[in-house]
Amino acid sequence: MKKKFDIIRSTCVPLPLENVDTDQIIPARFLKATSREGFGENLFRDWRFNPDGSPRPFVLNDPRYGGEILLAGKNFGCGSSREHAAWALADYGFRVVVSSFFADIHRQNELNNFVLPVVVSEDFLAELFASVAADASTLVTVDVPRQTITNEATGRSKHFELNGYKKYCLTHGLDDIDFLLQSRPLIEAWERQHTTTP
Amino acid sequence: MPKTLFDKIWDSHVVQHVDDGPDQLYIDRLYCHEVTSPQAFRGLRERGLRPLRPAQIFCMPDHNTPTTGQERPIADPVSRRQVEELERNARDFGLAHFGMMHPDNGIVHVVGPELGLSLPGMTIVCGDSHTSTHGAVGAVAFGIGTSEVEMALASQCILQTKPRSMRITVEGSLGPGVTAKDLALYLMSRLTTSGATGHFVEYAGPAVRSLSMEGRLTLCNLSIEMGARGGFVAPDDTTFAYLRGRRYAPQGRAWDEAVARWRTLRTDDGATFDREVSFDAADIAPMITYGTNPGMGMPVTGRIPEPAGPSDEKALAYMGFRPGEPMLGRPVDYVFLGACTNGRIEDFRAFASIIRGRRKAPGLTAWLVPGSWAVVRQIKAEGLDRVLADAGFELRQPGCSACLAMNDDKVPSGKLCVATSNRNFEGRQGPGSRTLLAGPLTAAAAAVTGVVTDPRTLMN
Repeated sequence: MKKKFDIIRSTCVPLPLENVDTDQIIPARFLKATSREGFGENLFRDWRFNPDGSPRPFVLNDPRYGGEILLAGKNFGCGSSREHAAWALADYGFRVVVSSFFADIHRQNELNNFVLPVVVSEDFLAELFASVAADASTLVTVDVPRQTITNEATGRSKHFELNGYKKYCLTHGLDDIDFLLQSRPLIEAWERQHTTTP
Repeated sequence: MPKTLFDKIWDSHVVQHVDDGPDQLYIDRLYCHEVTSPQAFRGLRERGLRPLRPAQIFCMPDHNTPTTGQERPIADPVSRRQVEELERNARDFGLAHFGMMHPDNGIVHVVGPELGLSLPGMTIVCGDSHTSTHGAVGAVAFGIGTSEVEMALASQCILQTKPRSMRITVEGSLGPGVTAKDLALYLMSRLTTSGATGHFVEYAGPAVRSLSMEGRLTLCNLSIEMGARGGFVAPDDTTFAYLRGRRYAPQGRAWDEAVARWRTLRTDDGATFDREVSFDAADIAPMITYGTNPGMGMPVTGRIPEPAGPSDEKALAYMGFRPGEPMLGRPVDYVFLGACTNGRIEDFRAFASIIRGRRKAPGLTAWLVPGSWAVVRQIKAEGLDRVLADAGFELRQPGCSACLAMNDDKVPSGKLCVATSNRNFEGRQGPGSRTLLAGPLTAAAAAVTGVVTDPRTLMN
């Protein structure tokens, strides 16, 4: 999953619903695994499939749409903290999720699994949805070093936020534990200054 | 400069600020349950690491545990493997572990405060969004992902961007039949499910101050359902009275010193918050949800509002409800009392107060699931188990149960359940299940009448 980020140019899968919670991204009955792999097949399970396993009318079953970028309505990933939701998105093949608003924990979970949450304005998101609805082959370019997202159908480009630390991690394939392990002297110094608990 | 309590606790736990990045935050207490920890322990092993501070980590299974027959091994082999893996990880790494049937087992967010493991001024994390519950003791407590559990295991720290601060003040006092759950459902209905995203909430005002610890635990539990990173109540005499004498709380002279320290844990006069909102408790009635996110709530006596957009329309279509319909009188198939939201002794007392002298409605299935073995013991000590049995109800064994239906407690497709848990998402209580979130009084009223009922009509 630690695939280094540079420039991603891809078609998009549109999911124009708000408040998509992590129970929909990966239902609780699929949380019993003890490894991080294999969650992609159950991504959006109950929206994708009927109980008998037959496909439902859902965007992931629509042959017109595909790609490494998921477009989602605001407040994507609310609810449960389950990182399995980020694992499922990554395992399915999404590398970027674009929304006007992400729930806090899920946003962090995506970042920690090398799925990039890109926050754009409501207007820009609406335009992306419109472009993809008009032409499913619309390309979107996410340039991580320059922190820009471009709707190739309209040529409009916007800056997105990403702190310098995370940008370095994503573009170099490093994770937070590598960083934290180096800080042990600082942790021990903090503990010496805080001897009463709490 | 005057500081908020959130700033005081957070800032004092910052080990370092990462340049153009997050804070490295020291974690006083890490809880692990079986669902979100296996991959973290696996990651630790793959890196050849051990937990840095094992004495600060407590493990217990709760999500997969069955609520009957815990004396026997779990029948579902996949659930059993996950529970056993937590036990093995705890043993291999020397961590405290309260396994199934251990007298201290229960839902992690019920057990932590109950044992005095969660204390004022602490930073507390767990791979579970309802970790915000522990904020009720005056701690900065919040849910994290599994990668962050691995960070906390490896370094007793996580990397986290400091949330903005928000104060929610509730003036006045709650009316009869209005519980902490109704207060929380009201706040969600007003602020929406994303209204506090990016913020850490301090709950304040007379209506909050007058809540018991159980009520505060319920309120803080639901912070995440407004999108908040967490929520807390500054510690006061109610907090100290609750914690005093609990097993892991300081004892003797250390207790007196701790209380003196904890009394300084308050927001300074004149401190500013990034956001402030206030509400009047007099506006709050017993609440119920009608949609598929916890923000879709209304007074139990109300009518379903017009959908505001396609997401609301999808929710009503899933629930099979139409705008303008009342909720009162709607037949209910299941009632679930329990979860980290409402699985404490006070919730069972409230439920018992309504059902006493009445009978469970015919054909209705009721799952009454205490949050921990300590709650079970208290229920029995107070004789509430007799009250429940006399009304035709059965008490189950503790666990998360039908809140998220990872065990066998699944609401069948299409069935309607009044639940005291925290989420009414599509399929949350089992594929196709339909959930109405409410407080313990409203749940009890539905359990004895078989329909959605205003609990105030059954109160003496």
